[in-house]
Amino acid sequence: MNDAGSKALSRRELVANVLASRGEALVVAGLGSPAWDLFAAGDAPENFYLWAGMGLAAPTGLGLALARPERRVLVVTGDGEMMMGVGSLAVIGVEAPANLSILVLDNESFAETGAQQGLTASGVDLAAMARAAGFAEAVTVRDEAEAQVLPEVLFKKPGPVLAVAKIALTQDAPAYPSRDGACLAGRFRENLAGAR
Amino acid sequence: MCASAQSWSDHVFQLLKDHDISTVATVPDAGLTGLLELCRADAGVRVVTLSSEEEGIGLGLGTWLGHGRLLVCMQSSGAGNCVNALALPAATRTPCLMLVTMRGGVDETNPWQVPMGRAVRPVLEAMNVACFEAGQADQVAVLFEQAATLAFGEGRAAAVLIGQSVLGVKRFNE
Repeated sequence: MNDAGSKALSRRELVANVLASRGEALVVAGLGSPAWDLFAAGDAPENFYLWAGMGLAAPTGLGLALARPERRVLVVTGDGEMMMGVGSLAVIGVEAPANLSILVLDNESFAETGAQQGLTASGVDLAAMARAAGFAEAVTVRDEAEAQVLPEVLFKKPGPVLAVAKIALTQDAPAYPSRDGACLAGRFRENLAGAR
Repeated sequence: MCASAQSWSDHVFQLLKDHDISTVATVPDAGLTGLLELCRADAGVRVVTLSSEEEGIGLGLGTWLGHGRLLVCMQSSGAGNCVNALALPAATRTPCLMLVTMRGGVDETNPWQVPMGRAVRPVLEAMNVACFEAGQADQVAVLFEQAATLAFGEGRAAAVLIGQSVLGVKRFNE
């Protein structure tokens, strides 16, 4: 179980607080709860929600970051999703996009499938793995005081950066974006079309 | 490199330019060496080395969302790694262009390569990838043009599979 106890961060509050500082950032959410968190914080055409492809949130964000170097790109995903795509940390470290940030919402559980224990519950340290892969910065925050650094780290620091937020294991109100992938992709692209 | 490999690599490289494909993501294969060398020598093409091939499918989606175009190149065994990822272009109806150099054909000397080699086409087709199989070097460019036009024109996944009859067979000297 999460060792942060009653002080553990609320995922919905955390994501809403971080996104309040997003500015012009483009945001990609990994499948499951992080996508619901992003939608709950406020839908926008600058948001892209994955509904499948576990492990591919970071590569999707990397592709977007390389294609749009003038825009900050934030990937919001879960610990299980990031662990499945952990090799992509090496790819990102090598490509070193200064505009890419990753926020891992880490409840140490596969929350979407019944809260089975995840690998980070046993001490696997995603921030250390990101540092070892060559990320410019990687931090772990465990309470609200520590989480104050997230807007600065995710939107101001030169990337690639990764932040792990240790969150409480919670059941949150349903908040589902459209399931029409073509609609989500088309909306996102059209919004960017005139933006360069 | 044999003359035919040089030739199809040159033609595919030119087609990358024609289709505005400026990112090439890959887990390399011997058969891709010529094409990847041409890409690395060109300042207008970014070659992204992947840790596993399915990352290229996500990378391609993100690139497309940012108004760029990407080709992902791999050996046939890597096509197996891509299966679940191929839900992304299918569900979002976005382009996904793949170039696959085949192992596991009739002349394969490593039997461990045969199961995935035989499965590439049915597996990709099961994930809604249109497959274009080149059995001769002079077919590669024609089929690549068709696959790229289909992928970027219709917003779907398409793969060019280059056979061992084009690439040659890996020998294990004992």
